[in-house]
Amino acid sequence: MENGERDPRAGLFIIAHSPFPVSAVEAMSEPLIRVEGIAKRFPGRDGAATTVFEDVHFSIEPGEFVCLIGHSGCGKTTILNILAGLEPASDGYVFIGGREIRGPSLDRAVIFQSHALMPWLTVTGNIGFAVTSRWPEWDRARVRSHCQKYVELVNLAGAEMKRPAELSGGMKQRVGIARALAIQPKMLLMDEPFSALDALTRGMLQEEVLRILAETRQTAFMITHDVDEAILLADKIVLMTNGPRARIAEIVVNPLPRSRTRYTIHKEPHYYAVRNHLVDFLVSRSRQLNEALPPGYDPKHPPLVTPGLSEAGGSVAQAAPRPPAGSRPIAVAASH
Amino acid sequence: MKGIQFWGAPLLSVVILLAFLALWHAGTRQEAGGEVVDAEYAKLVGTAAATGQKSAFPSPAEVGARIWQHLKEPFYDKGPNDKGIGIQLGYSIARVLAGYLLAALVAIPIGFLIGMSPLIYRAFDPFIQVLKPVSPLAWMPLALFTLKDSSVSAVFVIFICSMWPMLINTAYGVGAVRREWLNVARTLEVGPLRKALRVILPAAAPTIMTGMRISIGIAWLVIVAAEMLVGGTGIGYFVWNEWNNLSIANILTGILAIGLVGMVLDQLLARLTRLVTFPE
Repeated sequence: MENGERDPRAGLFIIAHSPFPVSAVEAMSEPLIRVEGIAKRFPGRDGAATTVFEDVHFSIEPGEFVCLIGHSGCGKTTILNILAGLEPASDGYVFIGGREIRGPSLDRAVIFQSHALMPWLTVTGNIGFAVTSRWPEWDRARVRSHCQKYVELVNLAGAEMKRPAELSGGMKQRVGIARALAIQPKMLLMDEPFSALDALTRGMLQEEVLRILAETRQTAFMITHDVDEAILLADKIVLMTNGPRARIAEIVVNPLPRSRTRYTIHKEPHYYAVRNHLVDFLVSRSRQLNEALPPGYDPKHPPLVTPGLSEAGGSVAQAAPRPPAGSRPIAVAASH
Repeated sequence: MKGIQFWGAPLLSVVILLAFLALWHAGTRQEAGGEVVDAEYAKLVGTAAATGQKSAFPSPAEVGARIWQHLKEPFYDKGPNDKGIGIQLGYSIARVLAGYLLAALVAIPIGFLIGMSPLIYRAFDPFIQVLKPVSPLAWMPLALFTLKDSSVSAVFVIFICSMWPMLINTAYGVGAVRREWLNVARTLEVGPLRKALRVILPAAAPTIMTGMRISIGIAWLVIVAAEMLVGGTGIGYFVWNEWNNLSIANILTGILAIGLVGMVLDQLLARLTRLVTFPE
């Protein structure tokens, strides 16, 4: 275990800042994020455009954790950048709370793969930079105490005055997480946030992200190529076919209860069904589906799959009306 | 072992210095007996020098005595052609700082603009490429003609020669700010001014400071030449004046002073650079 990493369950913090009070969530029929037919094309050498992905439709409900899985080249990062507003889509629209996304916003915090901390600022300085961007009218003391709350949330107390160069990779990513959460965004966007970390640190941070998101009831969208990470963290796993001209092949609904943890997940009854389904997809089906999508495929309603709940291979059904957002089980930190 | 590591280099430096002084001393030793030389040459350079009784080149002891004299009284002022070396250095430093700071005020903002916009970069590039290699002294006649003041012209020459390293390094540093930091600023909806001051400036500061360090070195090189041309005051003028006086000891003192001040300026900028450099 590297220095400075603590037991993720050491501290419990309840942060009462859910951007969506429960009553508001229940009143809302609109998903938080609605992605409608986005595509990305690059002009090719011979004038014909290369399509990375197209006809991508999906939505994210408030409080939901959605993972996007696919091979390199299917435009995962581009989709995240479009959601973040950092890159325009060549086609289609993305709506947040019914309003079209036209650029980056404090509503959507991004956790970058490379942590993207500013090396000339301390831990508190990095978080504080985000906090003063969100609330420019706050005075120093208020910014400081707000930063402190998030430093403690990610278990970095004691390292406030350190610069990124003095932190381990895992600690740097914790600062990135704290910086993203500190602005109390409507949703978190994570671009393979743990892929640069060693396995031990990664596991610990995954566990912590699970705890923090449960506490803050944060909506999250994450890109990963790690099947286990997706099963542990996600409520819904969006599977992309291979690129070019990648599409959403299907959306897997995670049948495991939200109280799953890193230590007990492999004992859950449907764990292997989900895992095999995902591995199977990445190994062979992502390529086959890129060549030919199944008859009856509707890009606007990619098939919803729940492996393990029906016969082998999972049940394939057209997207049914979404379950009411408020009815999803929400794990609390105490259940760990 | 540790003692050798620590004291080895300074000790070797002292040995090199002593060897140099010894060679110098041996080369300028007074030789006995008169040499027969051409009469016309004797008239030209003075009998003492021509007969070879004593070389016009001073011995280390003489130079040492002269340096000591200058150190005892660095700030005397006995008219326009006879001022203490401290006053002359003061004039030069003042001119260098004036031209240098002026250049920083112009070069850093322009460099920022050029670095932020590839369009402006391409538009400015041909001008920079043409003007950069021009010797700063070539500007001197133009400066004298337009500014009509020799002292201001010297400052202008310093201004123009300190400009390019700062401009180019600022543009490069600003253009090379990592995309991820800019993306962080974008997702936090940071305004353009705040982004420039809180993200781009600290990120580019080490590169900008490196440019400023190169500039101060060039400025100090150029001031000596510029003052030799414009005359009046300054360490460059001092050296030229002592050449007219044929006082090699004073010239050597001037050279040493120029070297020492140059070193101090460079070290100052190096320290400032270290202050803004961040470990990755």
